[in-house]
Amino acid sequence: MTVLVRGASLLGGPRADLLLDRGVITELGHLSAPAGAAVVDADGLLALPGLVDLHTHLREPGREDAETVESGTAAAAAGGFTAVHAMANTEPVADTAGVVEQVWRLGRDAGHCDVHPVGAVTVGLAGRQLAELGAMAESAARVRVFSDDGHCVSDAALMRRALEYVKAFDGVVAQHAQEPALTAGAQMNEGELSGRLGLAGWPAVAEEAIIARDILLAAHVSSRVHICHVSTAGAVDLVRWAKAKGWPVTAEATPHHLMLTEDLAATYDPVYKVNPPLRSAEDVAALQEGLADGTIDVVATDHAPHPREAKDCEWASAAFGMLGLETALAVVQHTMVEPGKLDWAGVADRMSVRPARIGRLPDHGRPLEVGEPATLTLVDPTARRTVQAADSLSRSRNIPYAGLSLPGAVVATFLRGRRTFGGRA
Amino acid sequence: MQHLLTIADLDREEAVRILDTAEEMARLTDRAIKKLPTLRGRTVVNLFFEDSTRTRTSFELAAKRLSADVINFSAKGSSVSKGESLKDTALTLEAMGADAIVVRHSASGAPHRLAHAGWVSARIVNAGDGTHAHPTQALLDAFTMRRHLGDLAGRRVVIVGDVLHSRVARSNVELLSLLGAQVTLVGPPTLLPVGVESWPCQVSYELDPALAKADAVTMLRVQHERMAASFFPSAREYARRYGLDSGRLRLLPDHAIVLHPGPMNRGMEITADVADSDRSVIVEQVGNGVLVRMAVLYLLLGGSGAAEEDR
Repeated sequence: MTVLVRGASLLGGPRADLLLDRGVITELGHLSAPAGAAVVDADGLLALPGLVDLHTHLREPGREDAETVESGTAAAAAGGFTAVHAMANTEPVADTAGVVEQVWRLGRDAGHCDVHPVGAVTVGLAGRQLAELGAMAESAARVRVFSDDGHCVSDAALMRRALEYVKAFDGVVAQHAQEPALTAGAQMNEGELSGRLGLAGWPAVAEEAIIARDILLAAHVSSRVHICHVSTAGAVDLVRWAKAKGWPVTAEATPHHLMLTEDLAATYDPVYKVNPPLRSAEDVAALQEGLADGTIDVVATDHAPHPREAKDCEWASAAFGMLGLETALAVVQHTMVEPGKLDWAGVADRMSVRPARIGRLPDHGRPLEVGEPATLTLVDPTARRTVQAADSLSRSRNIPYAGLSLPGAVVATFLRGRRTFGGRA
Repeated sequence: MQHLLTIADLDREEAVRILDTAEEMARLTDRAIKKLPTLRGRTVVNLFFEDSTRTRTSFELAAKRLSADVINFSAKGSSVSKGESLKDTALTLEAMGADAIVVRHSASGAPHRLAHAGWVSARIVNAGDGTHAHPTQALLDAFTMRRHLGDLAGRRVVIVGDVLHSRVARSNVELLSLLGAQVTLVGPPTLLPVGVESWPCQVSYELDPALAKADAVTMLRVQHERMAASFFPSAREYARRYGLDSGRLRLLPDHAIVLHPGPMNRGMEITADVADSDRSVIVEQVGNGVLVRMAVLYLLLGGSGAAEEDR
């Protein structure tokens, strides 16, 4: 299949035509359509390298009522993603080569985007014994990112061993930073509002204490650590400090932590319940600043589907998590691009180039140049839409932005030259 | 007043109206036949996800004195423990035609969900939710204080104990400050919530200095299991530092009264001789609870024309 993309603005810069042929960008410039080529009019659209999500919950195997690899990756393609990292907290847990290969194959069969399973750090996410990280790394799924996400690897000795062990195959440990003893029963950000609402607090220090420890451990053993969903101003400062030292630390922020604040908990509507919790306006500002200056490497969605009954209840009984794949780019445009904190090249860097580098995905996050993979997304930055939960391709509906007007629209997504989202071709 | 979920739902005028209406209820029921026909044909459901015989009984008596039909719906085993969910219970009560639902729940915000999730059209009265709010307890406390002290503006009220886990303390601070009283919270720093410094009250870690000028002292229940979680070292140390005994009672001005929302841990936050002393109005609080709850149900369900029209 040959596709001519006509007149797209590359990363928000100069306009060009791109010829996508047999999975590769074969020509770039002012082109005429070869015979038989499908032509995509990209006048007024941006071309970005296909987005890469470092943090996705696809729920399969085990919770197919909430999401499947098929539905989750369809949502990913609709959000402009060409690769997602599927978190390990499935049932059974992705802690063996067998499970990660299953998820990888489901992703390949679905075909909406590349699925890179994340392997559990510890058996059953239980935090006691290392999972067979090497077997997962050597499997067909070629796992490079390991995480007990949802649970913190809180045992310092175990975390040290995990960091050391993954060096053998250039892996990275992605830490869900949450000191469990400080967050027992925690429901929302700890502060004046949690006290008033009577919801048990999730203090910033519980995140920052683990990040501080893991930064020092990573430096000590010279191994890569990645901090999942950084949510506090103090955590941004810690990562900034580590990077100033030249230590191998990377970090992500979620779209919801870049936009939403804890005030929403006053509705007691569990659609706003997430872990780590929505924080203060000062934390949101610090995350935006950290993303702008590169302290925060990556926007990662933490797309977390839950069945309706898990949110249609009282706050304390509700599940943590929000959908994010289909709204991530719009939220980044709204919070970062429109206020002038990040340009589109910066968006490409934080949502494609750097996550691909951290996940060691050689075919993603590539420049839009001749000879590179034809893996890209076309975005209409002038569009606006009112988010409707019912429009989602996810099986779940826990979208905190429903009813809000957000900018931008993904028009088409291409994975190695094949259109995975958007009308024709 | 559409629902009574927290004191924040009330302005000063509405709060005073409830207290005045409770006085009216006292006058009307101070006779051999205590029952009023006001809510005849209306259905009040007591929906208790948490055991509380005293609060449920108080609401039940209040509704019955107003001639409402009362159903006690004990939903033991909330959705947390795989029982019927809050939503399904609510839909059931809606189908049965409940006019008001009095709800007690261990989860903060559960009454708020009932009122705003679109599951029911009934009026919701919060009978205590998690560590959030207990507005009718605050109203009965204020009612009791008002009977002994008159107008509460400028009066000094000291609330002592486990503020962190207390919905009673939160609602009391909101209501008493709304009525113009000066509130001082006293407790160990571990049992005061983060952000308490921004509440409309004073905060102290020491009890004795707060007592000399107090017009009323409310002692909060302190559960023994807090000790296991290291909120304080031992029951004895807690009682020594924050318990109200006869020695401390003498520090109070002569007119000052002692309150407790119950149930008491005698020997822990309050000694038996103080609880049974003539300064204690703890038993009186129970009777006043019925009057205040009558006033709330009356105002929500039948009392004002506006309430009727906007249904």
